[in-house]
Amino acid sequence: MTTATATPNPTPNPQAAPAKAARVYKDYGQPLWRRILFTRETAIIGLLALVVIVSLITVKGFSQPVTLGYLLLDIMPILLIALPMTLVMITGEIDLSVASVVGLSSATLGLLNQAGVDIGVAAIICLVVGALGGALNGFLVTVVGLPSLAVTIGTLALYRGLAVGLLGTTAVTDWPKFWTDLAKAKIGGTTIPVVVILFLVLAIVFAVLLHFTPFGRGIYAIGLSSEAASFSGVHVNRTKFILFVLTGTVSALAGIYYTLRFGSARGDNATGLELQVIAAVVLGGVSVFGGRGALHGVIAGVLLIGVLSSALRLVNVTSDVINIITGVLLVLSVVAASFLAWVRKKRIGPGGKKHGGPIAAKA
Amino acid sequence: MSIPPPGSDSPALELREVAKSFGAVVALSSGSLALRKNSIHALVGENGAGKSTLVKIIAGLYQRDSGDLLLEGDSVDFKSTAESKGAGIAVIYQEPTLFPDLSVTENIFMGRQPTNRFGRIDRKAMRAEAVGLFERLGVRIDPDRPAEGLSIADQQIIEIAKAISLDAKVLVMDEPTAALSGVEVDRLFAVARSLRDEGRALLFISHRFDEVFDLCDTITVMRDGAYISTDPTTAVTVDEIVRRMVGRDVTELFPKQETTIGPTVLEVRGLTQPGVFHDISFDLHSGEILGLAGLVGAGRSEVVRAVFGVDRYQSGSVSIKGRPVPPNSPTAAMNLGIALVPEDRRKQGLVLESSVARNTTMAIRRQLSKLGILTSGAENGSARIWDSRLEVKTNALDTEAGTLSGGNQQKVVLAKWLATNPTVLIIDEPTRGIDVGTKSEVHRLLSELAGQGMAILMISSELPEVLGMADRVLVMREGRITAEIPREDATAESVMFAATHAEEHVS
Repeated sequence: MTTATATPNPTPNPQAAPAKAARVYKDYGQPLWRRILFTRETAIIGLLALVVIVSLITVKGFSQPVTLGYLLLDIMPILLIALPMTLVMITGEIDLSVASVVGLSSATLGLLNQAGVDIGVAAIICLVVGALGGALNGFLVTVVGLPSLAVTIGTLALYRGLAVGLLGTTAVTDWPKFWTDLAKAKIGGTTIPVVVILFLVLAIVFAVLLHFTPFGRGIYAIGLSSEAASFSGVHVNRTKFILFVLTGTVSALAGIYYTLRFGSARGDNATGLELQVIAAVVLGGVSVFGGRGALHGVIAGVLLIGVLSSALRLVNVTSDVINIITGVLLVLSVVAASFLAWVRKKRIGPGGKKHGGPIAAKA
Repeated sequence: MSIPPPGSDSPALELREVAKSFGAVVALSSGSLALRKNSIHALVGENGAGKSTLVKIIAGLYQRDSGDLLLEGDSVDFKSTAESKGAGIAVIYQEPTLFPDLSVTENIFMGRQPTNRFGRIDRKAMRAEAVGLFERLGVRIDPDRPAEGLSIADQQIIEIAKAISLDAKVLVMDEPTAALSGVEVDRLFAVARSLRDEGRALLFISHRFDEVFDLCDTITVMRDGAYISTDPTTAVTVDEIVRRMVGRDVTELFPKQETTIGPTVLEVRGLTQPGVFHDISFDLHSGEILGLAGLVGAGRSEVVRAVFGVDRYQSGSVSIKGRPVPPNSPTAAMNLGIALVPEDRRKQGLVLESSVARNTTMAIRRQLSKLGILTSGAENGSARIWDSRLEVKTNALDTEAGTLSGGNQQKVVLAKWLATNPTVLIIDEPTRGIDVGTKSEVHRLLSELAGQGMAILMISSELPEVLGMADRVLVMREGRITAEIPREDATAESVMFAATHAEEHVS
């Protein structure tokens, strides 16, 4: 891999440039192990592995299969919403309204269930409501041109208000057993919930979308330089709009899951979840300024926060302290990222000539 | 305030063979200038002649690499704009930067507000002094209104008032009239003359020769970052000055291939965006290099951005081989065969933090994908072909584009657009800020592409480039096309006159 030098292209278009000895380019400037080892994602995955190993050895009860089952059930909404949130944040935008969309979806599902609508149909309606919520965010950001931070703070309040308004202070708790069982069902004889399959399918879809499609290349380009992106024919606004709709839809899906898992539809379900999602995404290596991050890092970030709090809970650490620890971890990870970037810049040297190959003839 | 004796012979500010480079690019090779008291001195030169660099060195924004900077005969060294200001030098830019939410008075006294004996800001004294300053300048501006919403002319006056309140001995005005109306220019000139009569030294930079000859007593010409000449304005003519500004042998640098001009491919009709450009119409033929000349700010880049669909336009039409190009969609323009190599390579041309390979394949990423899936392998394969055609100097394809030299960055941008196999290549400042070697490579490439029948629209602020490369030259001035000159009639003088609207001097 280190010398992935393909055959020098022998067809320098005689029309485009005078035929000289063709240049030889390596695919990568660094060997594979360096490229894999020295990334933010690898650091998070390593930290996750470390925390898991330490917990397995020192925390009583952590190694029991049931712990993993509950852990996955607990962090499932965060895992789901983190997928589209990663894409949104790589474009340099943010969506703070996701938890409110969870609540709105939950309330809608409860209302439709009360009215006797089949859960399958009701779920589809919830997804449409989520998509519409995301579309409103996207419209305000891309067409009206408002900053997403302000827009989604507004819709955070708006959607939560609608959710609570729909159901009042009551909770809908009477659900068809089939659906609530499905939400908690395990795969075969394991403790792994069935809903993990849904997550894996979505994770693959989002990973392909972000890392292996022209659309995904556009997402990164927008985050790094939205001006250069639009000069290259990237539909900046259309891309952002689509991502906000996806975020709304997946948040609604998380809302359906949340409702069925607890068997309770309430307008205030999942309040504050948006901060946990964003914290996990940032911990997973996505830059809040956009342009950087990868999906596997984010998934590791969510798991890291989940495993850490699960393990700490088992040793009777209170949730306040758990919050403090995750908070410190988040700050440290951001500081570490800036520090690493600084070190890299120092190493490459001013102007970055070290990796830039021979400098063109000096004038 | 001590007024030096009029006609005193030691220059208020003098630069001797000042040089400044940015990496491999020499912005100023030998700038010399002597500003005298009781004088308004003009500095003229083509775009890129080094005037702005010179001003920034005077302002303390840049530090010179070599040469002398003398203030009243003493050598000085400004390490910051504050030091320059402290030494009595004030620079008024084309578009001043005031604090929009503060009042006019507060802006004048920003950072050095007078205080009363309790240490509080003495608003009364401050306001009185502001009123006094405006009276002295003979202008009427409400000292209490916020700076927000003031015209550029008024903002400049406020900057001048600030300079006077600081008792600046040297005032530099960098293209102050570019955004002013006739009446405002008259008022500015009246103020400038009264400042001159108070014994100050003024430097006036402008592209408008009528203004230069009306206002200034001395004129210095710069070219290619070097001093050319200084004369009293009464001793030279406009023709003479223009010749000195552009005078150099241009034919040898640009080996233009003979091409056969084919049929019309791009038709632009009546393109208008109010306040930016008006009624722009032209044809571009296959095999032709059409030069679009004019001064910086004439609206050339804005026109091509509108043609490509990055910017909006109000009315008019663009078509390619008879097919209309829908407005405001770069993707549609790309699909119809238009490519735009933009003016600002670092902001618009490249995603600097992305790899060379991704930048090279950015515009063809959809064509490279199979069943919607795009792999690094496909990107690298295509990037390898195009980057080697253009001889991009890079070690690896995953090198960040921002770490390449300017010339190589430009080659990556060119590779990116040539990969789309365009019918029409629009290229905005093809060789700005790149080294001489790469420059001639780019010129040869453009010439060859035209030879193969590509239609090329080239914006350039470098006259020799336009004259050497273009089959036909369009000249823009203040948002309008003012001249269309065939290759055989295009001379530095004819293009420069059309760009500065001084046709009446052509004899």
